[in-house]
Amino acid sequence: MVAEGSSQGSLPDASPVAPSGARQDRARSVGRFFIVHREVTIFAVLVVLIVFFAVKNGEFLTYDNIVTIGQYVAPVAVIGSGEVLLLTLGEIDLSAGQTFLMSAWITLWLQQDGIPIGWAITISLLCCAAVGAFNGLFTILFNVPSFVTTLGTYYAMLGIVLIVSNDEQVSMVGITGRFGQIFGMSNWAEMFWALGIVVVLHVLLKAARFGWHVTATGGNKLAASEAGIPASRVKIWCFVIVALGAGFVGILDSIRVESLDPASPGTSMMFSAVSAAVIGGTALTGGRGTIIGAFLGACVLGVLNDGFELIGVSANTFTLMLGLVILAAMALNSRLGVLGSSRSGR
Amino acid sequence: MTDPRPLAAADDVEQGKVVLRTEGITKRFGAVVVLRGVDIHLKQGEVLGLVGDNGAGKSTFVKILCGFLRPDSGRIILDGKDVEFHSVREARRHGIEALYQDLALVPQLTVYQNLFLNREQTFGGRLGFVRRRKMRELARQHLHQMNVNVPSVEAEVEQLSGGQRQAIAVARATLEVGKVLLLDEPLAAMGAKESALIIDLVHELSASGDTSMIVIDHNYAHLFELCDRVNVLQDGKVTLDKIVRDTSIEELTELMLSEYRLQVLTARTQLKGRVPEVST
Repeated sequence: MVAEGSSQGSLPDASPVAPSGARQDRARSVGRFFIVHREVTIFAVLVVLIVFFAVKNGEFLTYDNIVTIGQYVAPVAVIGSGEVLLLTLGEIDLSAGQTFLMSAWITLWLQQDGIPIGWAITISLLCCAAVGAFNGLFTILFNVPSFVTTLGTYYAMLGIVLIVSNDEQVSMVGITGRFGQIFGMSNWAEMFWALGIVVVLHVLLKAARFGWHVTATGGNKLAASEAGIPASRVKIWCFVIVALGAGFVGILDSIRVESLDPASPGTSMMFSAVSAAVIGGTALTGGRGTIIGAFLGACVLGVLNDGFELIGVSANTFTLMLGLVILAAMALNSRLGVLGSSRSGR
Repeated sequence: MTDPRPLAAADDVEQGKVVLRTEGITKRFGAVVVLRGVDIHLKQGEVLGLVGDNGAGKSTFVKILCGFLRPDSGRIILDGKDVEFHSVREARRHGIEALYQDLALVPQLTVYQNLFLNREQTFGGRLGFVRRRKMRELARQHLHQMNVNVPSVEAEVEQLSGGQRQAIAVARATLEVGKVLLLDEPLAAMGAKESALIIDLVHELSASGDTSMIVIDHNYAHLFELCDRVNVLQDGKVTLDKIVRDTSIEELTELMLSEYRLQVLTARTQLKGRVPEVST
């Protein structure tokens, strides 16, 4: 409770800007511009990278190579966009990479039991939704950080896959025909799905009531619940959305690759996705997130990954670069944040 | 205490109908009993002041009225009908709007987004696509009407000063003219200019006769300026119910102090029982 006496000192209307304030003002508005349009920065970085690699190596802009990049980018973009929803809420899903992995395995197991592929995919996706719902419910009911909940489900799912698969790599069922083409076999299938999902999630976050409630819950949970927003329900739905997205691209990816590895891809996929979200300008503090940014972040990762390989830099150097890029992005985030939010006279 | 009902009924004839009445509202948080049966009534167009020490349960009571908390027992009667609010939205639908003490806004959202928080104008049915332009326009009109100055309705609340935020919070509570407006410390953390604005607004709303208000404030001077009637809430119950011109700041102060003295006295006696007395 604020005693009325103490408040008199801070008069509400902005005190007249001091003469030196003009420069500060400009810095502030520049800061605000990049806060509001974070995507512009990351897009510029992406263009610079593309030009750089295109000049360095003639192969970079060939059709085949663009396909390769697209196939790397698609799953990262989808899971990254989902993570943006959670990060905006101040939550995170570390298990998304394993959901990505497990969904393909479930599809395969069901198929081996003679269930038609369409049904296998549907049931698998329902399992993913259940995982997401579990992540959300557990986080809320036991009031634990989602970091911990999803760390638990991450290991649990990894364990399930390792146990049931006997830790052996197998080949994914081949799917032919139009259905196979749509669900991953065609060069651009995954990318088209990814673009669709990114657009849908972007519209959901920015132009739908639900998205506003996500931002409100992440920005100030008290304010959101006082306005009657069911914060818990919003959170659970976001966990479900992430798990569904991850599971879906997991199935597409396995159909395309035509093989399944029980151990490897889950962890790195999750880290790439969170990196894409962070590089794209979503902070982990909640209240702010950009799906377009995450998509561009995924593109940056894809271009860096592929570009370095083409110009003969080893994957190890890429890993080092990735670390530095994330640090740079975070530094930029917080600097711009300071510039953008500083008010006159404070 | 006398049963307030016959009294209120008599008032009904003289001064218009009772819009909102509560009977025996109780609420406990764990072992702490906050409200022990609160009975109030609020008449059409009336401004009722709620006074009480910190922890007397004023804010809890207000949060129950606006659907944010559920009472353990008791009745809320709105326009003569028993109502039960399971959510803030439900209370809003019944025409009860609230301005909370913590003035919670979402700093990362814009002014108009905060004004329309959880009552967004949408299209597309369940998909709920937001009508930005319409909301921006309505927000501009409303703020203009309320004399609230902000750089732009599209400014993020984070960029606004404390007083501007307060004004936005007030504007939000009055966006839809409700039957009952609950104001929990509307003048706390307000500068002189904003205070005047709120006081004017309360007078204007009450003069229109459509909106009845319950105001919580620690500052008796403010209360006497704003309210028609005051209720004192002590230890989870209403202990005084008087029309403003029949009471005085002195009386309220004395009532509060007497409670305080009583508490000190009880505490002392309890201490004496337990602690071996130190000889002087």
